[in-house]
Amino acid sequence: MSSPKPMKKAGKTAANLGNPGNSGLTVLKEHIVEIISDSGEGAQRCGQSLGSIAARMGNGIWTTEIIPAEIRPPARSVAGASGNRIRMGSSYITNGGDQTDLVVAFNEQVLLGRVRAGELKPDCIILLESMWRKHTDINISMAYIQTHDRLVEAGYTVREIPMEQQCQLITPDAKRGKNMFALGMLCYLYSFDLQMARDQIALTFGKKAQSIIDSNVVLLDAGYKWAEGNLDFRYSIPATPATLPQIATNGNTALALGVMASGMELCAMYPITPATSASHYLSDVFEKVGGMVHQAEDEIAACAFAIGASYASKCTVTITSGPGYSLKQEAIGLAVMAEIPLVVVNVQRGGPSTGQPTKAEQGDLLTTIYGSHGDAPKVVMAPATIEDCFYSMITARKIAESFNTVVVVLTDASLATSQQPFARPEFNEAWLAPPIDQSAVPEGAKPYDWDATTGIARRFIPGQPGGMHTVTGLAHDRQSHVAYDPEINHEGLRARSLKIAALQKTLLPPEVFGDPEGDLLVLGWGSTKGAIEEAVESLRAEGKKVASVNLRFLQPMQPGIKEIMQRFRKVMTIETNWSDSMEDEIIDETNRRYSALAILLRSRYLVNVDCWTEVKGQPIKPSTIRNVLLAQMEK
Amino acid sequence: MTCSSTSTDCLLELYEEKLELEDYQSGVPRWCTGCGDNAILTAIQRLCRDENLRPEKTVFVSGIGCSSRFPHYMKTYGFHGIHGRALPVAEGVRLARPDLTVFVNTGDGDCCSIGAAHWIHAIRYNMNLTVFLHDNQIYGLTKKQASPTSPIGTKSNTTPRGSYLEALNPLTVTLGIANASFVAQAVDWIPESLYDIVKAAHHHKGLSFVRILQRCPEWLPKLHESDMQEPDSVQLLHHENSLQISPSLARIYKNQLRHDPLDMNRAREIASSTDVVPVGILYQNRDIPCYEDIRKLDILRTNETVRKGFEAELDKYAV
Repeated sequence: MSSPKPMKKAGKTAANLGNPGNSGLTVLKEHIVEIISDSGEGAQRCGQSLGSIAARMGNGIWTTEIIPAEIRPPARSVAGASGNRIRMGSSYITNGGDQTDLVVAFNEQVLLGRVRAGELKPDCIILLESMWRKHTDINISMAYIQTHDRLVEAGYTVREIPMEQQCQLITPDAKRGKNMFALGMLCYLYSFDLQMARDQIALTFGKKAQSIIDSNVVLLDAGYKWAEGNLDFRYSIPATPATLPQIATNGNTALALGVMASGMELCAMYPITPATSASHYLSDVFEKVGGMVHQAEDEIAACAFAIGASYASKCTVTITSGPGYSLKQEAIGLAVMAEIPLVVVNVQRGGPSTGQPTKAEQGDLLTTIYGSHGDAPKVVMAPATIEDCFYSMITARKIAESFNTVVVVLTDASLATSQQPFARPEFNEAWLAPPIDQSAVPEGAKPYDWDATTGIARRFIPGQPGGMHTVTGLAHDRQSHVAYDPEINHEGLRARSLKIAALQKTLLPPEVFGDPEGDLLVLGWGSTKGAIEEAVESLRAEGKKVASVNLRFLQPMQPGIKEIMQRFRKVMTIETNWSDSMEDEIIDETNRRYSALAILLRSRYLVNVDCWTEVKGQPIKPSTIRNVLLAQMEK
Repeated sequence: MTCSSTSTDCLLELYEEKLELEDYQSGVPRWCTGCGDNAILTAIQRLCRDENLRPEKTVFVSGIGCSSRFPHYMKTYGFHGIHGRALPVAEGVRLARPDLTVFVNTGDGDCCSIGAAHWIHAIRYNMNLTVFLHDNQIYGLTKKQASPTSPIGTKSNTTPRGSYLEALNPLTVTLGIANASFVAQAVDWIPESLYDIVKAAHHHKGLSFVRILQRCPEWLPKLHESDMQEPDSVQLLHHENSLQISPSLARIYKNQLRHDPLDMNRAREIASSTDVVPVGILYQNRDIPCYEDIRKLDILRTNETVRKGFEAELDKYAV
C-alpha cells in the first residue's frame, strides 16, 4: 500500500481555506459539514456524534439526516447517499442553512449525488476516501479517477484520504470502523477537544460492551492523529457556551421525551416513516416510567385503541405520518364527536399517496384542520423547533384533557431527523396528569352538560358510580342518548365548535420577529421558522423593513394576527406545500391554488396574502427565502 | 402501565348490595320483534345480575350495525363506536383499566367484514374480553345486503340473483388463529344454553369468542326455520370439563356430543360441520396468556418514578 499522498496536491486552496496563519488555523463564524457514505457505513452516526461534540463545545448546531429512500440501496450508487449534514456556528443555529462547505465522502458516487443535487458550495472542500483509485475492478477505479478529476476541474478542493488503509492498521473490519476514523479527523479539523469526543463515544455506545467503546475510541484517536500529521489546514469556530445545561436531540426523540413527561401513559402506533423513530425510542424507555407502547395491527386500530384507553383512563397518544393520518380520519371524528381526549402526532412527509416517505413537506395542514367528514373541529398545533417538539406534547395533553377534544400536533420529516441543542427541561410535576376521577357522579349530572359559553362538559369516566352512559358517534343529547332532533344536533355541533373558540381566548398573540411594521410580513408555520427568520434577519441588516411570524396554533389561530398583518404593506406565506405559480400560463387569480396557510389567512382575515412555496422534499434554504423576499418587495 | 396508577380493585369487595334485572336495563330496545338480539340482551342482563357485576365497573363496547345498538340498552358504561372497530376500542379500555369488565358486541359485517383485521389480531392478543358475535348472516341496519356469513345463494339487495361466494365460517377462522383460547357457538332460540355459554365465556380469562346464530325476521325469516323445528339439527356439546346438559334440555335436544374442549383438532372438525349446528364450547384453553398480563409492568408509576426515568434519559442527551 502506498503511503498517504502529499496533501497540497490539487484544487485551489486559497479561496476556500481562508488565509491560514503559520499553524494553518482559520477562524470561522460557521461551517456546514457533510459526512456521506453508502447506507450502513455509519456516516449518520459519525455526523450525529460530530454534532453532539460541537454542541458540547458550546457551538450552535443543526444536523440534518441525508437518507436514501431504500434501506439498502446498491453500494456506490448516486442515489444511495446516506449520512448527515452538520451546520456548526459560533451562535445559536436555527436551521440547516445553505450549501455545504466541507464534505467527507466514503466513495465518489454518493458524492456525485450531492454535487448533482446542488448541495455543495462551488468551492467546497472534499475529503474523499482514496481506496477506489487502485481498486482491482477497473470499472470502479476508472469511475473514481474520472469523477475525481472532474471535481477538481470544476473547482472543488479535493483531498484524497486513505481512510480504509489507515483503519486496516487498527481493525480487521475497516469498513465498519471508518466512521469513527472520520470523526476523529473532523474533530482535529474543527479543533474540538479530543477527550470530549471520547466521552461522547462512550455515551453513544453506552449500552454496548466496554470493548466496543474502546475499539471505537482507538479509531477516533487514529483519525485525529492522522489529520494532525497530514492535513495542513484547520478551523476553529469560537463557541459561546450556554449558561444553562443543554441537551441535544432530534425532533422525534424530543417528541418521545415529551410524551414521557406529559402524563400520558400509553402510545398506540403502527410503523410508518418518518414517525416511527419516535415510537422506537419510546418503546425503549417508556416502560421505565410506567408507560407503554402498543404496536397495533394497523393505523385505524392504533387510533381506536388509543381512543378506547383515553375513554377509560388518561389521555393517550397515537403517532403517525401522512398515509396513516388519512386512515385514522374516521376514528378521529369519533373522538371529536364523543369528546374523548386524544393526542395525534402527524410527522408529515411528502405526499399525496406514498409520496416521498423520507422527505419533508408541510402538505397536511388543510386535511388536518378539515379532515374527517362533517364538522369535526379539533385543535391543531405545529412545533417550530426541536425544543417545541418536546413541550408541544405536554401542552397537547393538557389541552386535550381540558377541552375533551382531539389535539393534532404537526411536525415534519425535517424536524423529526434534525438535531439541535436546547435548554435541558426542568421536570415539573404539574406536567403530569392528575389521577382519573373515580368519584360518584352527582345526582342529575349529565355526561354532556355543555357549558353555554365555552361548550365544555365534564367527562364521566368508567368506574364513576352514577355516571353510566353510552358514548356514541351518533348525534346525541346531553344524556348521550341518540338524538335525531334537529335542535339537539345543532346544540352538540355548537358546543364542540365553541370549545375551539374558548381555547383561542386563552392564547396570546404571536410574536413578531423583526420590525412591528414595514414593507413585508412573512408568515410561516412549523419547521420553516429558523430559515425564514435567518432570511429576515439578513435583510433587516441591510435596512429592509421585513418581519416574520411563526404560527404555533393553526386551529384555533392566535388572536391579533389580522392587526399584525395590517401593519405591513405586503403579506405572504412561505411553506413547503404546493401552490400554483402565477407564472404558469393558465394560472390566474380565478384558478390559482394557494398554499395551505395562505388559504386559511385569506379566508379568515380577508387580507390579500400571497404565497411562495417549494416542495422539493428538503427544508427551504435561508438564501432561497432571502431571494424570494427581495423579489416580493420589488414586485 | 396505565393501570398502575388507577388501581381500584380494592373497592370491589365493599359492595354488598344485590342488583335486580332492571338495574341493568336502559331504554326500550328498538330491534324488530323476533330479532335474536333481544334474546342475547336478556341472557346478558341476566348474567350481569347473577354475577352481581357493578354497572359502573362494566363496559359494553360495540361497532356499528343492529347488534351494536346493544350498549344503549344496558345501564352500564357503553361505547358505541364506529363500524368494524369495536375490538381495538375494547382492547384500549382493557389495557388501561384491568379493573373493569369489558364486553364486546359485534355483528357479522362489523367483525367478519369491515373489522376482520381486528378480529384476527384480537384473537392473537387474547385480552380478557368477552366477545359476542351477533351473527344474523345479513346486513340488517342498511336493509339487506349479503354479509360474509350469508349462505351462498342468499338473495339480497346487492345480490338480487343470489350471493356468489361460499360463506365464511367464523368458528373455523377463529380456531385457526394463534392464541385462540375460548371459542363457542350459541343459538338465540335455546335461551338456556345461550345463558350457559355466555356465562362460561364471562368466566373465561382471555378472549372468549361466542358466535351466536341469531334470527333476522325482517330480512332472512326462513334461515333457521328448519333448525328450530327439528331439534336434532342442533348438536349440543358437553363434557365433564365443560358445559353439562340439563335434564330438561336433554329431553328436547337428543343430538348430543361429548367433546373435550382442549381437543383442538376435534374442535375444528366440529366447527366445520355442515349437517348439524354445533352448540356449546368448541375450544377452551385456560393456559394461554393474556396480552395485558404479558405487558404488565413491575414498577408502580409515581411522579417520582417518572421524574427519575425522565432525568436519566435527559442525561443521555446532555451536551
